[in-house]
Amino acid sequence: MTIVEIGLPKRLVELTLDGEPVRVLEGATILDACTAQGKSIPTLCYGDTLKPANACRVCMVEVEGSRTLVPSCSRKVEPGMVVKTDSERTNHSRKLVLELLGSATDLSTTPHVDEWMSACGADPSRFGPPAPPSADRDDRHPGEHEEPDGQTAATVRQPTKVDNPLYVRDLSKCILCYKCVDACGDQWQNTFAISVAGRGFDSRISTEFSAPLPESACVYCGNCIEVCPTGALSFKREHDKREDGTWDEEAQTRTTTICTFCGVGCNLTLHVQDNEIVKVTSPHESTVTHGNLCIKGRFGWQHVQNR
Amino acid sequence: MDLKLLDVEPSEAERVVVDLFTGMGRDQLLPALHAVNDRVGWISQGALNHICRVLHVPPAEAYGVASFYSLFSLSERPAKVVHVCVDLACQVNGAKSLCDRLTSELGPAGARSGWLRSPCLGVCEKAPAALAFQAGEVAKEQLLAPTTAGEVIAVAAAGPSHVDGGRAEVPQAGAAGLRLLKRVGVVDPESLDDYRAAGGYAALRTALHLGPSGVIREVTDAKLVGRGGAAFPTGRKWDATARQPVRPHYLVCNADESEPGTFKDRVLMEGDPFAVIESMTIAAFAAGCSRGYLYLRGEYPRALHLLRNAIARARERNFLGDNIMGHEGFSFDIEIRRGAGAYICGEETAIFNSIEGFRGEPRSKPPFPVESGLFGKPTVVNNVETLVNVPVILTEGCEAYTRVGTSGSTGPKLFCLSGNVSRPGVYEVPFGTTLGELLDLAGGVPPGRELRAVLLGGAAGGFVRPDELDLPLTLEDARAAGTTLGSGVVLVLDDTADLGAFLLRIAAFFRDESCGQCVPCRIGTVRQEEAMARLVGRRPLTTSAEDLQLLKEVGQVMRDSSICGLGQTAWNAIESALYRLGYAEEAAS
Repeated sequence: MTIVEIGLPKRLVELTLDGEPVRVLEGATILDACTAQGKSIPTLCYGDTLKPANACRVCMVEVEGSRTLVPSCSRKVEPGMVVKTDSERTNHSRKLVLELLGSATDLSTTPHVDEWMSACGADPSRFGPPAPPSADRDDRHPGEHEEPDGQTAATVRQPTKVDNPLYVRDLSKCILCYKCVDACGDQWQNTFAISVAGRGFDSRISTEFSAPLPESACVYCGNCIEVCPTGALSFKREHDKREDGTWDEEAQTRTTTICTFCGVGCNLTLHVQDNEIVKVTSPHESTVTHGNLCIKGRFGWQHVQNR
Repeated sequence: MDLKLLDVEPSEAERVVVDLFTGMGRDQLLPALHAVNDRVGWISQGALNHICRVLHVPPAEAYGVASFYSLFSLSERPAKVVHVCVDLACQVNGAKSLCDRLTSELGPAGARSGWLRSPCLGVCEKAPAALAFQAGEVAKEQLLAPTTAGEVIAVAAAGPSHVDGGRAEVPQAGAAGLRLLKRVGVVDPESLDDYRAAGGYAALRTALHLGPSGVIREVTDAKLVGRGGAAFPTGRKWDATARQPVRPHYLVCNADESEPGTFKDRVLMEGDPFAVIESMTIAAFAAGCSRGYLYLRGEYPRALHLLRNAIARARERNFLGDNIMGHEGFSFDIEIRRGAGAYICGEETAIFNSIEGFRGEPRSKPPFPVESGLFGKPTVVNNVETLVNVPVILTEGCEAYTRVGTSGSTGPKLFCLSGNVSRPGVYEVPFGTTLGELLDLAGGVPPGRELRAVLLGGAAGGFVRPDELDLPLTLEDARAAGTTLGSGVVLVLDDTADLGAFLLRIAAFFRDESCGQCVPCRIGTVRQEEAMARLVGRRPLTTSAEDLQLLKEVGQVMRDSSICGLGQTAWNAIESALYRLGYAEEAAS
């Protein structure tokens, strides 16, 4: 017998969304209400399996009576709330946030960002030509920085970290959304191998003392990579195939099956290209995994294709 | 949780100081980091490892916390270092030429050359200032203010000679009619007897007699609002906390005064430390808090020494502890927490994360602190000056209190005068005093000079012009005039001040102090500084008009979409300089 938790009955909350009256379940976020209405709000740090980090500020909307804009991904709806998702203020904010991110970060592998940018007319290049990559980002001291002359725009560009056979960390693409830290930490994995270190623009995702991953607490579950919205974290195999131009998502099939390693029964989605497994993920809606796996399910598939 | 530590052991000295934290939890992370820093001057891999082992904190997280604070170093540095303030008031008073001389004689700023550039040290009345620190079995700190390059060079070589700094400048000390400053510079700040002889602890007795709701009623009727900058009604905050059924409730006294140009709380804590302790006790009684934290910025060694003494003396005489003053069932005690160099930790929710042993990043609101604050429990956070108003209200009565000031802004207010002013210091005046009257009280600009501008409210505040000196200093008048009193900063610039350099420092300050959590502030403060560098240096990307437009747009997104007050106000002062003082036209011409 399957027991389905139906919870306590919930009231409907009535609010106004872009001039239209809408009713959503209490406890829903503004983002939930927008999604239910078929409105698409861009998000980056929001994760369907994680608590909102409120960090990227891409999803900001206007709520009448609020001095500042509010993050739609975390703000819960309230009766009588008047929300605007398409006002001059929200559009300005979205455009600037995307421009700021684009001016400092490599967004070339961030899904949808090009559409969002062209929709709001964002032009990250207007802050000036990007400053050259720097190798010292792991050693910067909080509260200190070199005086800029303003002729280039500071970026987080830096050498890619490849220190193990399974992961690649290309932190030039990192937008500090906190999702990897949350997935590694108390929200899922409880490994705590990484944290945000440093402060301000010099903040970075780091192990203790920037130690290479093999010396850290990392258990290579890959759950950080699963939630990374920009491709800053990637599987080595995917990274290498992208580098040599053989990564072809269009040509990949996805087959969901069950992991054979232990009795938990995690759902695995095998991404297969040219009759070869190139990546393993797990469905976020799986009640067993919520998208998470361990090193065996994630990486232990070579035996399948021993021919 | 299994901890995986790096394969490095602490030195004997590090082990000894860290072992003192055995059996304690995550919230002792910041104190433990301080203990190591005080002992050896920096945090080695072995020391951090041992802290993690003792407090059971994952090393990546401890590293994230340690690397958040500017007073800690995670790479080896000598035990002696002098922090030289280069912030607003010191810049106006010669910090640049001082640093130039240090650079030529000691080498460029850096731990190896024995001196570091520091944000505001909170001794703006005695600018330029420096704070010497030496790690050791007994860590020593010495405030040098006002200082000279010669003195800094000598102290950098010999190390600090005594533990704390000199007394604050309070030009009004001993004058009649003072309320907040009445004991400052008059009583011995180390003596509880002196404090009591000067009226101390009468207010707590009144409070215990009135009961918690009576105290809240008095404070509400006195219309007391927060003095930290946000001006939230104190009575409402206490009442909302007192009503929360969840226990325990916490009290946090926000003494992380780090707004450049602000030093009023330091003057109160150094001059009248028992008043801070008594005020916290009253607040705790009213809001039902069993434990209080006094979060003191790391750069205030004298205040730390005097507050520690005050708490110890108060405990001895049952003004802290169980059944305070014989009042059955009222127990309260205070723990001092030292900050470690992070302006953002003065934000009312970042302060919780810092105390709990996490990175000092602000939390998203709602939920508000009154509902879910420190350790997730209902919490009152009040600024030092706000709290010190409470005994005044209880002893004089709320009616008498509301007769001071204006109907919209009641009571006395402290202002921090610094910059190009003849008698800098903290001044107490009733709300409603005009800016001109306040400047006259401080002797105006030095003889022979012209007033150029006044920065009101600090780096997060705004500039006003010399033709606006009839502005009454009230919350409502400041708001109507499109400016703010903020934390009470009145930083005076005369015609010798370099406004461009001053604005660049404000921009650099926000870039340095942004916690990095949200995009508008983390990247916006960088773009703001870059655009200001182009504007001031007259090297536009295309045209100055374009740079001004960029500044405006970046400013707007920081104001609209940043998580906390730091990002939301990071554009205020620069905007007012550009458009209220007319620097935009000057720079574009």
